[in-house]
Amino acid sequence: MSVLLAIPAHPAIPFALSLDFFTAISFWTGVGILAGTYTLLALGLQLNVGFTGIVNFGAAGFMAVGAYAMAILVVTVGLSFWLAMPLAVLITMAFGLLIGLPSLRLRADYFAIATIAAAEIVRYTAQNARGLTGGNQGFFCNTAQTVCFDDTWRSVSDTIEGWLKSAGWSNPEALFPLLLVVWLCVGLAVVALHFAQRTPWGRVLRAIREDEDAARALGKNTLAYKLQSLALSAALGALAGFFLALDLATVHPVDFQPLVCFIGYAVLVLGGLANYWSVAFGSIIMWTILEGTRFLNLPITDEQNAALRFIIVGLTLILLMAFRPQGVFGKKEEMVLGE
Amino acid sequence: MPTVEAGTARDALREPLVERLRRAEPVRLASSYPERTAVLVIALFVAILVARYGVHDVAQTGLNGLSEGSVYALGAVGLTLVYGILKLVNFAHGDFLTFGAFMAYLANVTWGGPLVVGILFAMVMTALLGVLFERIMWGPMRERGAGLLQLLLMSIGLAFLIRYSIQYAWGTEVRSLDVNSFATVQFLGLRIGRTELTVIIVGFVVLVAVGLMLRYSLLGKQMRALSDNLELAEAAGIDTSRVVLYTWLFAGALAGLAGVLAGAVTDLEPELGFGLLLPIFAAVILGGIGDAFGALAGGILLGLVIEWSTLFIDFRWKTAVGFVVLILVLIVRPQGIFGRARTI
Repeated sequence: MSVLLAIPAHPAIPFALSLDFFTAISFWTGVGILAGTYTLLALGLQLNVGFTGIVNFGAAGFMAVGAYAMAILVVTVGLSFWLAMPLAVLITMAFGLLIGLPSLRLRADYFAIATIAAAEIVRYTAQNARGLTGGNQGFFCNTAQTVCFDDTWRSVSDTIEGWLKSAGWSNPEALFPLLLVVWLCVGLAVVALHFAQRTPWGRVLRAIREDEDAARALGKNTLAYKLQSLALSAALGALAGFFLALDLATVHPVDFQPLVCFIGYAVLVLGGLANYWSVAFGSIIMWTILEGTRFLNLPITDEQNAALRFIIVGLTLILLMAFRPQGVFGKKEEMVLGE
Repeated sequence: MPTVEAGTARDALREPLVERLRRAEPVRLASSYPERTAVLVIALFVAILVARYGVHDVAQTGLNGLSEGSVYALGAVGLTLVYGILKLVNFAHGDFLTFGAFMAYLANVTWGGPLVVGILFAMVMTALLGVLFERIMWGPMRERGAGLLQLLLMSIGLAFLIRYSIQYAWGTEVRSLDVNSFATVQFLGLRIGRTELTVIIVGFVVLVAVGLMLRYSLLGKQMRALSDNLELAEAAGIDTSRVVLYTWLFAGALAGLAGVLAGAVTDLEPELGFGLLLPIFAAVILGGIGDAFGALAGGILLGLVIEWSTLFIDFRWKTAVGFVVLILVLIVRPQGIFGRARTI
């Protein structure tokens, strides 16, 4: 993942533990954007795993389909950014349904394997269908360099920057507008999901999680509900994909490895299951730690530093599952994904 | 499959046993002879390929497929037994392969030992790695009655831990074992790298040994019995904790071997095993999850299908072919191509 393997700003000097970065606005802007992006991704996982009881390991595929669909619609097809985004969300939802329709009938562990395989097919397609996706060169502009997928976003970003300046911030952080928009989306999504969960629809999802046979016995078409849950999660994944692409200013297959989905799971279980607000909390903590390790001048190479971050992700997953499977804010009684 | 005397077991389990025995009776669905149907379909596929591309090309790609397939099969046996016996979908299994490959690198390149020593060292160390995590992680978690999601995410955490500890220690630069990857062997007009040929031979010798051991040895029978029905096996007096331990030793050693073979054919890097994990899952599911013989056959078959696919699909897509096979099997025959319908 290019964003994660990027070279740290400071060269590794033997044991000069400087915490200056902790007060730098650029550090928190970077952390905030990543945390917001992964919150959107993990909200989808929360809907699937925490509230419907389906273990979706294919979220990285949703991000990839969303980001590529948006970029291709803007650059290759020539649609406006504002039309391309909703269309890309719809395409990703359709992809989610396509995956879910045959595989949601399977047992939970088979479903997990099927979804990760589907996400990997997307990534290999992105790598190999060079004419469509630019392959391993990444996808950004057309060959003539006249149209880029984030042209419209840049002008929006400039407008927001203008507002910030007129509000008295003389030299705003370049990515600060993205941070604002990401968290605006996160806020809207959390509120919407929170209330959706209290509707009869949301209660059926929980019923399916608790006992699918019972829900079916009550005459509910459980497959349809599970598909809706998966499609909504796909839509959230597409949003996360847009923001990842805008943040990195490219769409590249390497940014959609299964790893991305598993970091999403670490975020999810850190915050806690069956709670939407906690996802944002988990994401901020996780990304503060992950980005923080890049700026602590540990006496190790950059490569070791990158490895260390994923060792942290792995340990987080293991220790949480061993000692606090419901996460920090999760409810133990809602942790029913047993046998 | 369960050959336990119902009488002794009934006392131990009373009610549930009756249900379990009833369920254990083979339920035959679409085809009453899945093995025959599978063999027939495969034979037809090969016949079409031969008619279209000629014997030479099919044999040549088939040879490559056997080399790839033996790696998958070795990885798949351990994964499927661990699933069958512990109901654990071990996402860290691929990284066991990586661990094995790097242990062989340590013995073979860093210490300068012969490759055979490297292979044995890799098998021993990976087997111990399996037992280590059984002792400190999986065993305690089972006692606490951990749920599916907990175990899944733990195995993913473990995968990260192993993979990135390897990256921490060895970095991401591509390394090779001390093998001559240029020497080729020619026979019957076919060409194969000497390393690949060694992989096929070693792979097949070990796979046959594994098959015989599972079929005839007491331990093998106990493993299959546990994989088939843990409670019944326990009720029949099998020391399950001992078998569980041997299963991890067995799965680890085979994963270590598979990792060395994969690393000998290609290169060593920390993502080596994770890249093999999904094809190994595909092999496991092809053969019917929990079925050790099925995993052997599934691995070889998958290797063949992937390599044969390069005859009519650009070779760049061959990794994706494995995933498509995985999804198709899950959709069409989740019980595996040789398996009979069970609880899926």
